[in-house]
Amino acid sequence: MSRFLRPAARFAATARAAAAVRPAASSPFIARAAAVPRVQQRRTYAESSGVKEYTVREALNEALAEELELNPKVFIMGEEVAQYNGAYKVTKGLLDRFGDKRVIDTPITEMGFAGLAVGAALSGLHPVCEFMTFNFAMQAIDHIVNSAAKTLYMSGGIQPCNITFRGPNGFAAGVAAQHSQDYSAWYGSIPGLKVVSPWSAEDAKGLLKAAIRDPNPVVVLENELLYGQAFPMSEAAQKDDFVLPFGKAKIERPGKDLTIVSLSRCVGQSLVAAENLKKKYGVEAEVINLRSIKPLDVDAIVKSVKKTHRLLAVESGFPAFGVGAEILALTMEYAFDYLDTPAQRITGADVPTPYAQKLEEMSFPTEPLIEDFAAKMLRV
Amino acid sequence: MFSRAIRLSRAAPLRAAAAAQRAPAVVPIAARRTVTTNAASARVEAPVPESDNEPFPIRLSDESFETYELDPPPYTLEVTKKQLKQMYYDMVVVRQMEMAADRLYKEKKIRGFCHLSTGQEAVAVGIEHAIEKTDDVITSYRCHGFAYMRGGTVRSIIGELLGRREGIAYGKGGSMHMFAKGFYGGNGIVGAQVPVGAGLAFAQKYTGGKKATVILYGDGASNQGQVFEAFNMAKLWNLPALFGCENNKYGMGTSAARSSALTDYYKRGQYIPGLKVNGMDVLAVKAAVQYGKKWTVEDNGPLVLEYVTYRYGGHSMSDPGTTYRTREEIQRMRSTNDPIAGLKQHILDWGVAAEDELKRIDKEARSFVNDEVAAAEAMPFPDATPKILFEDIYVHGTEPQFIRGRTTDEVFYFQQ
Repeated sequence: MSRFLRPAARFAATARAAAAVRPAASSPFIARAAAVPRVQQRRTYAESSGVKEYTVREALNEALAEELELNPKVFIMGEEVAQYNGAYKVTKGLLDRFGDKRVIDTPITEMGFAGLAVGAALSGLHPVCEFMTFNFAMQAIDHIVNSAAKTLYMSGGIQPCNITFRGPNGFAAGVAAQHSQDYSAWYGSIPGLKVVSPWSAEDAKGLLKAAIRDPNPVVVLENELLYGQAFPMSEAAQKDDFVLPFGKAKIERPGKDLTIVSLSRCVGQSLVAAENLKKKYGVEAEVINLRSIKPLDVDAIVKSVKKTHRLLAVESGFPAFGVGAEILALTMEYAFDYLDTPAQRITGADVPTPYAQKLEEMSFPTEPLIEDFAAKMLRV
Repeated sequence: MFSRAIRLSRAAPLRAAAAAQRAPAVVPIAARRTVTTNAASARVEAPVPESDNEPFPIRLSDESFETYELDPPPYTLEVTKKQLKQMYYDMVVVRQMEMAADRLYKEKKIRGFCHLSTGQEAVAVGIEHAIEKTDDVITSYRCHGFAYMRGGTVRSIIGELLGRREGIAYGKGGSMHMFAKGFYGGNGIVGAQVPVGAGLAFAQKYTGGKKATVILYGDGASNQGQVFEAFNMAKLWNLPALFGCENNKYGMGTSAARSSALTDYYKRGQYIPGLKVNGMDVLAVKAAVQYGKKWTVEDNGPLVLEYVTYRYGGHSMSDPGTTYRTREEIQRMRSTNDPIAGLKQHILDWGVAAEDELKRIDKEARSFVNDEVAAAEAMPFPDATPKILFEDIYVHGTEPQFIRGRTTDEVFYFQQ
């Protein structure tokens, strides 16, 4: 978010002259910041030549392999990551290549091994802690929130925790309520965590590598339904120095009539809906792939709304207090004056995910739903 | 099957107190807990050398340890006069520091929770005298003594309790969150430090080197599921972890017998050898941990220790500590099993130092703590600025561009 971005003018006009909280520039602080190599801040652009098809699974696997290769402090632990080659085959071949010291099967004790991984991170290692799915990470969420995210702050900055929690998040097909939940909002609300949610293969590789390198605890929310999906991977992204910055959204499809802000699997659905909107009604929807949930790229959202004057958030979490709610609130705070219609959201339904297929379909955003709802918003 | 729980209702201590008045012959604590809690049960078998630095053997009481699937540690321990005096000094400093915290809390200068370890000093001091600075320690929220023994200064610890900028965690952590080199807190969630500690031991094994991690938790925390998860992985992967239950008899106000189906906490590892130690005797603690460290760095896997100790005060400052136990019990422990008095008796009996030298050490420790407390009280509070508020949420240089305060007006930008 640009520092020049200000709250909606109508609010600002009525507000009392609130004291600006930006403190005066302090040189030691900046000097300290500058001393740290800013790996994550570098942007790498994709080029069209040398493009290859990668599935998200392959991209994640390559990211893990490269980081294990690059840094002996990196290791991966989780249920079935080694001999079984990963419950979803994301860690396939890593045991053979890096050995059982660095690719470690754990017992089925999420709280225990998450805590253990946090301890290893406090001690200076860079663990990648895989949860078979984030549904099981609920058993371990105390360690993610209390032991990992808060320790740097509680210690007054002397005890960092370089750890990556990763695994599939959100609903999968036909697995019912306990295995179908989106935790973006849960982790996105915790200070001290960084949270990313990749959609494409490039996202997956760039964000996972950045997560492992980032000295803070990072939660990487992958999606099981995307693992097998293939995406073009640029030549730059195939290299082992490819990382994506946190807090930077990507405009996957430019447009002028409606801004669709989305993340993870819903990005793909939104792109299909946008194409259909163009075909059927000739309207151009801009689709923003958030990539990063915390920090959130408010700047990109506001810039887009200034252009399109309409905002639709699409996500698959429960509706109440969710990512969509946050996006709408921020849009209202920072772009109210630019909106022509109330900002809207499409979310998962407020229901424990049902098993029966038709009911499950009713519980999550679908392409026709996004298309129809967007058309309604645009009055076309 | 619930009859025991029902019998031990909240009225039980009162009834026990009444019964005690009628028939003063209550069962002594030592009889119910099989290792002795006598703080002065060791003896010397040879004349103590003149020199301060010359080691001499002492013989610990036969009741110092109990073991589970483990040969007992040697009952003889080599110490020097200097070490004994240092241990005494350390325990006195820890107690003085806790007493200062008690006073400052009652003066309303310390906020929130404040858990003191008065009575348990022998555990923190004995452990530190048994390990190296390169070993790791992690404990629960009752952490002031450990923070000091690991190298935190008294002024930085008291400064932290007072919420000052020069506190050990820069005023951000408070009583329960203190960190130092080789010391990983100060953890506020009961039992959470146990798997985290196993992770420290995991890292020691991963990086190699003859190091061990001492992990402490209370008798209350010992029933947390994650403690057993940590035991399992530590044994499975042969981690150099010395799990240790500081059994002070009460998890908050619930006595061990009312919370634990098996109160032999040193047997709780099941497949991990256990060692129960007289936690009121600093020498027994030192001997046990020294032995444990040697055992675990020789790749024998983890150990589960139980330090039998006693807290004189309540669970925290807001607990008078008298509703669930009798005043007589506290008084008896204080007067007959005090770790500082116990070591003092040894020092005098063995001719390690004369009465006036100990008095001088006492005085030195007291005035040292007083000076440190005064220095802490003179420390400034953190400036109430967004820069201070929002620093260290993320590692310097890797922060997001901005962090939001309470309103859209209070957005803090890291890069100006």
